[in-house]
Amino acid sequence: MSTPVTADVLTVSPPAASRRRARGWWGRVARLADSTPATVGAALILVWVVVAALAPLLAPYAPNSNDLAALASTTPSRAHWLGTDHLGRDILSRIVWGARPVLVIAPLAVLGATALGSLLGLAAGYKRGWIDLVVTRSCDIVLSFPVIILYMIILTHFGSSAWNIVGVLTLTKAPIIARIVRGLTLELREREYVAAAKMRGESSLYIMLVEILPNARGPLIVDMCLRTGYNIIIIGVLGFLGIGLPPPDPDWGGMVKDTYGMMMVWPHMALFPCAAISSLVVGFNLLAVGLREIGLRD
Amino acid sequence: MARFAAKHLVFLLLTLFVVSFLVFALNEFSPGDVARKELGAYATQDQVDALTKRLRLDRPLLVRYAEYLGKAATGDLGYSARFKAPVKAVIWKHLANTALLAAIAFACIVPFSMVLGILAGMRESSRLDRAILLFSTLMASIPEFALGVFLASVFVVWLGWLPGTATLVAGGGWSLSAQLVLPVAVIVLFDAGYVISMIRASMVEVMQRPYIRTAVLKGLPFYRVILGHAVRNAMINPITVILLQINYLVAGVVVVETVFAYPGFGRMMLEAALFKDIALIEAGALVAVGLAVLTNILGDVAYMILDPRIRA
Repeated sequence: MSTPVTADVLTVSPPAASRRRARGWWGRVARLADSTPATVGAALILVWVVVAALAPLLAPYAPNSNDLAALASTTPSRAHWLGTDHLGRDILSRIVWGARPVLVIAPLAVLGATALGSLLGLAAGYKRGWIDLVVTRSCDIVLSFPVIILYMIILTHFGSSAWNIVGVLTLTKAPIIARIVRGLTLELREREYVAAAKMRGESSLYIMLVEILPNARGPLIVDMCLRTGYNIIIIGVLGFLGIGLPPPDPDWGGMVKDTYGMMMVWPHMALFPCAAISSLVVGFNLLAVGLREIGLRD
Repeated sequence: MARFAAKHLVFLLLTLFVVSFLVFALNEFSPGDVARKELGAYATQDQVDALTKRLRLDRPLLVRYAEYLGKAATGDLGYSARFKAPVKAVIWKHLANTALLAAIAFACIVPFSMVLGILAGMRESSRLDRAILLFSTLMASIPEFALGVFLASVFVVWLGWLPGTATLVAGGGWSLSAQLVLPVAVIVLFDAGYVISMIRASMVEVMQRPYIRTAVLKGLPFYRVILGHAVRNAMINPITVILLQINYLVAGVVVVETVFAYPGFGRMMLEAALFKDIALIEAGALVAVGLAVLTNILGDVAYMILDPRIRA
């Protein structure tokens, strides 16, 4: 490994101002194309969003209808492109319809967690004092609890529904956001524009929401992206453990749960939903990698 | 040091206290609940009332919680309705099984992700870095059950090299070590994806520091810059993350345990939750939280040992 030191350890990156800077919303979206991971990630997400939106048009069969004749041969055929499951339901149709709950619940829970977490983090970082102490300590307690066990206890107790899943995801993810926002707020509250706003006599609520929060959005957006991916994994896991969305409506995790025991005979029943959920999460995580790259460059 | 220990001990106790109370309250909030769960849905209201009286469940929540804590302190955690055995024995048995899985997985994750993380981070944006980054992102994106299904369909269904279950019963002609390969592989790949990216990020940051530039400029061979100067500094931040994985390995591997029918702690908790086995849920939650807080403390201690600057 005694190769001559490559230049990249020593180079100083050129000033950001020399780079092309696209302005506004569209400029920002256009800059995504600069990063391969972001492009691939965004494309994967877009495909699934379109599939979910057009589910009634794209799905060849109703997701819950059984084709008993197909049970004779469940493997992929011309009638059922991805085969049927153990109840003779068309796997392609179930995957297409199954994109809907995932793409609604995961982002909704991320929005909830971001809103709640940002408020807590802003209050803790800006007001300090006892609010800070209470918020950080409660966040530590929630975060020190192994979340999956928390989900099991809460969801089996209150029953599993889309709203309950959004609720537990919001409550367990908010502390992470709160921690990030608190850290950013501690740094931003010392800036001149915050001092200026205080001088003008603005209320603390105004300062927190209008002066500080917008300046913390960069890391938050990357985190929301990652968080959406994690939430999709968790929704899948809950379905797989049998405490996710109630049957019979298609849910990717639940589809795997029902059929992975038959893998020795019909591996396709579990493989296709696994591929579906993996590709969607890969999309969000690649987008996050790309966003971080773009963020670092300017 | 004494202040540090005291502060953490207080937090440990506070957390255990809060969580155990929340779980207790959740399970036993309204007086009829416990008896109803015990007797099932077909018991009449009279039967439920009678059992509630007999178990003295009609007393206030706080009184019963204090009683529970008192019993727990003497080691009496109750009786598991699901496993028909004392809770303590059930927990120990499953925890030991999980510890075996977790120890092997941890022993693989640490060197594996250190090597890849350091290789990736030492030259940011090199081809190797991008390849490793892509690999770790992909691994962290595939849910454990999907990874399990993918690996099982190749090594179990297609090649027939490994067993599809790890029940720890030496039947079916598969040795114990063969049974453990797939569960460990799934845990390692899924978890390493996250740890690699942490180590890589820290390494990238360290490589931009002035002391690295100095070491390079004074003519040290690259491998000595990396091993002598960069690695130790780059491991300070990730060490907490790495130790926190213990937490995940014990309480979070319920999915892997379910995929491979492994008789571990996570699956025990799932069964307890589905069966509404209150005594087992309460005790299991306590164990999980205690372990989580302990690994947190362990992380802080390791951090102090590695970084003399914050030892004050």
